[in-house]
Amino acid sequence: MTDNNNMENKPAAGRLKRLTAWAWGLATSAIGIAFILGIVFWGGFNTVLELTNTEAFCISCHEMEKNVYVEYRNTIHYQNRTGVRATCPDCHVPKEWVPKIIRKIQASNELLHKALGSISTPEKFNAKRLQLAQNEWARMKKNDSQECRNCHTFTSMDYAEQNRRAASIHQIAFNLGQTCIDCHKGIAHTLPAIEQHIGAPKEGAAELPDVSKTPPAAPEK
Amino acid sequence: MKVQSLLKLLLTVAMVATFPTLAADDPVKLQGLRGGTPVNADNPPSASHQERDHAVFDRDFVQQPPLIPHTTVGYQITKNFNKCMDCHAWQKTKVSGATKVSVTHFRDRGGQELDNISPRRYFCTQCHVAQTDAKPLVENTFKRSRGLQ
Repeated sequence: MTDNNNMENKPAAGRLKRLTAWAWGLATSAIGIAFILGIVFWGGFNTVLELTNTEAFCISCHEMEKNVYVEYRNTIHYQNRTGVRATCPDCHVPKEWVPKIIRKIQASNELLHKALGSISTPEKFNAKRLQLAQNEWARMKKNDSQECRNCHTFTSMDYAEQNRRAASIHQIAFNLGQTCIDCHKGIAHTLPAIEQHIGAPKEGAAELPDVSKTPPAAPEK
Repeated sequence: MKVQSLLKLLLTVAMVATFPTLAADDPVKLQGLRGGTPVNADNPPSASHQERDHAVFDRDFVQQPPLIPHTTVGYQITKNFNKCMDCHAWQKTKVSGATKVSVTHFRDRGGQELDNISPRRYFCTQCHVAQTDAKPLVENTFKRSRGLQ
């Protein structure tokens, strides 16, 4: 009886064993393949993402190369005594992953305007300069000039080494909770027309808020 | 007579000996401040720096436009924006602590007083200049006005 039973169970047990081994093999290989594909896709995605985060990519369209890039080349963020250069994405693309992806998705709108040719000539660009600048100022104000602070932070500034104007104003600004972009506008590109209340009123000029009355940006974390 | 002719001979020999060398080796040297650099080339930039912030400079002559006691590297003075006016305009000086623009700048060329800075005074650096550590190009014996010493 027992012998008989054993005789009947043996092939069944073997089949079960083979089935488990097969399922196990399938599962592990699926996971393995998914893992490898994950590396490939994620790596590829990040590589492409980083490729779009280079100066070479930014100035591959003439809107950037012929307008803003030329202006930036005359500034300290392009060339300076220590040879540290801040390229386009250092200031215009957040370093943190989620804000970076959000900014990249927003940038798809720029592709549309590239196709429409909204800023395809210097004249068209200058007509839009105020709006473009204000977008960027608003973004910087909102994130407490995060891209500036990736390199420049109030807390690591040595006021004794700064010029006296900078040292005094920076400390006042710090105490008022102001952020870099409140004062440092147009440091890398030419400014749009700004109403300074000198001479005749300017046509279509931007009215900048009085810095001394600027509400503080989000407190530094 | 003999001495005279001997001297003449010596003089002639000397002239003949020196003349070709004068003509060939010593051309008249005329040099402008650019040195011998041809007009289609540039001299290497002199490494002069604008001086860092310091106290207000004394004036050297009567009616001298005050000198700028800080660097102005990268300052925009364009149709769109005048960086100087960001601190030196009257409405900005309370916060910035900078020197106010002189009231003489509120007068047009006809002597008419305006209620704001005259357009002819817009380009600050036409008269007001920052100081650098550059060496004078030519010797200079200028002395400060006696009344300002």
